[in-house]
Amino acid sequence: MSVTADALAIGEPAVLRTSGVVRRLARNPTVVFGVFILGFIVAMGIAAPWLANFDPAAINPSFRNKTPGAMESVRVDDGVRSEVRHWMGTDSLGRDVASRVVYGARASLLVGVSVAVIAVGIGLAVGLAAGYVRWLDGVVMRFMDGLMAIPAILLAIAVVSLSSAGLLAVIVAIVIPEVPRVVRLVRSIVLSVREEPYVEAAIAVGTPTLPLITRHILPNTLPPLIVQATYICASAILIEAILSFLGVGIPAQTPTWGNIMAEGRTLFRVYPHNILYPGIFLALTVLAVNLLGDGLRDTLDPRMRKRL
Amino acid sequence: MLAYIARRLLATIPVMAIVAVLVFSMLRLTPGDPAAIIAGAAATSQDIIDIRARLGLDRSIVAQFFVWIGNVLTGDFGESFFFKKQVAALIADRVGPTLALATTTMILSVLVAVPLGVIAAWKQGTWIDRIVMGFSVLGFSVPVFVVGYVLIYIFAVELSWLPVQGYQPLREGLWGFLQRLILPSLTLSVIYIALIARITRTSVLEVLNEDYIRTARAKGLPDRVVLMKHALRNAAVPIVTIIGIGVALLIGGVVVTESVFSIPGLGRLTVDAVLARDYPTVQAVILLFSAVYVLLNLVVDVAYTFLDPRIRY
Repeated sequence: MSVTADALAIGEPAVLRTSGVVRRLARNPTVVFGVFILGFIVAMGIAAPWLANFDPAAINPSFRNKTPGAMESVRVDDGVRSEVRHWMGTDSLGRDVASRVVYGARASLLVGVSVAVIAVGIGLAVGLAAGYVRWLDGVVMRFMDGLMAIPAILLAIAVVSLSSAGLLAVIVAIVIPEVPRVVRLVRSIVLSVREEPYVEAAIAVGTPTLPLITRHILPNTLPPLIVQATYICASAILIEAILSFLGVGIPAQTPTWGNIMAEGRTLFRVYPHNILYPGIFLALTVLAVNLLGDGLRDTLDPRMRKRL
Repeated sequence: MLAYIARRLLATIPVMAIVAVLVFSMLRLTPGDPAAIIAGAAATSQDIIDIRARLGLDRSIVAQFFVWIGNVLTGDFGESFFFKKQVAALIADRVGPTLALATTTMILSVLVAVPLGVIAAWKQGTWIDRIVMGFSVLGFSVPVFVVGYVLIYIFAVELSWLPVQGYQPLREGLWGFLQRLILPSLTLSVIYIALIARITRTSVLEVLNEDYIRTARAKGLPDRVVLMKHALRNAAVPIVTIIGIGVALLIGGVVVTESVFSIPGLGRLTVDAVLARDYPTVQAVILLFSAVYVLLNLVVDVAYTFLDPRIRY
């Protein structure tokens, strides 16, 4: 385990040059494809109240387990009846799957982005400290080795089980297994950059620690961290869905893709749409984030090509 | 060599000790009194006090840790709150299906992924390469259980070729055993194949640029020999490394796959134990999986010396 993370992150990464990077990214078809899908999903999450035909939580006992495309006659406020379509059918409680899928985008994106930001933030701070303060290094890294020895999903499941299920618990549970990977990455960059002549020169002329870190060391960690954050986001979205699916994630009444699929498990053989539709959206979203990550990696940090 | 193995084995001790401390303290920090959970709803407060004394829960947390770790080292993981049974016996009951699933998945994944990666590297930039790489990115993006349900729907529900769910031990017949393992193994191997194929391609690509490959080609060796003997042999170290690291993915996948296919293994046990707040079982299973993961990666490190004689310790 310990071999690769260090071995793969050596070398001094390119410093960010924003305009050039954006231009190069825009020329990469996989990135454009990823951004396009992601934009679509984000827009769907934002526009959920207008896109959804039904209240995603509304239970309708008389209209359960309908196949996709089923029409329901609904009474609108002024008493007029009108036909409304259940684009993806209804689940075993009569809730509209399409509305739940549309709202589900919010939970997935929220978890993905917050896990990525928090994990990278904590990992960056700890990694800088471990790489810079020598006596901390041993202690911190042994602790991280211990954390990394526990398979991520198991650790996440165990952490969630400790507290009452909720969005925050899920985010914390996914952040914890991701942090050690960020710490390793940051630390290995700090260790290699610290030996660079310009850093030694900066130390020699008496640059105080804080400016030294922010001006000389931090910029080197950014390109690989941005790439890493994208991959963490993708895996966080997947793990959130897995937790919900196993019944230990965000509370079941909240519309998340994992919850919709968990609900559809029992009647899957007869009504596969409850798993199929959220599954497609979930896979597309993760795929888009992964493609974006691959593009960012090739552009920002060609030496990291070896990584997943 | 032996000294190296011994040194590495010793180095795993602190890692496992940290895992033990983490697992122990994590589950003891939780709100809720295990004694009250065991005692059940009808218990009197004296019952709870008795159970606390019996489990040693009335002692200090540090003392509890050392009692617990001492017991764990002698194979005693305590009694399951939920299954009312020794955790060690519970694990022994459940380990078979998980071992079968993990082994078949690993064999299947390596057999499929390594050739795919080699071909993709050899045909770099062609449509074969694109398909392999496309599959690889997709494999990372589709959640394990969605793959599982899609496979169930196609092969078990629509085509009725294979059973939908369940598990049958090997002693009740080889075919029944394999038949029920095909879909779960396929499901679980998707992400593993994606991972291994991707690394195989990258590391073979790197080797293909080496001078000795050009020499081998120049002296007229067939592509097959160049790829398998010269390229793959030299690209083996990163591939074996990723197989070891991928075990973490495999373990996570086992938990999900066993739930999808109703396989009574350790993964299903983990989920059940977590849902029932059965902390002794959760602790034991996490420790066990982590130990397996750490030890397998130790085996991988040792395997380097056999795969690449240039690596010496």
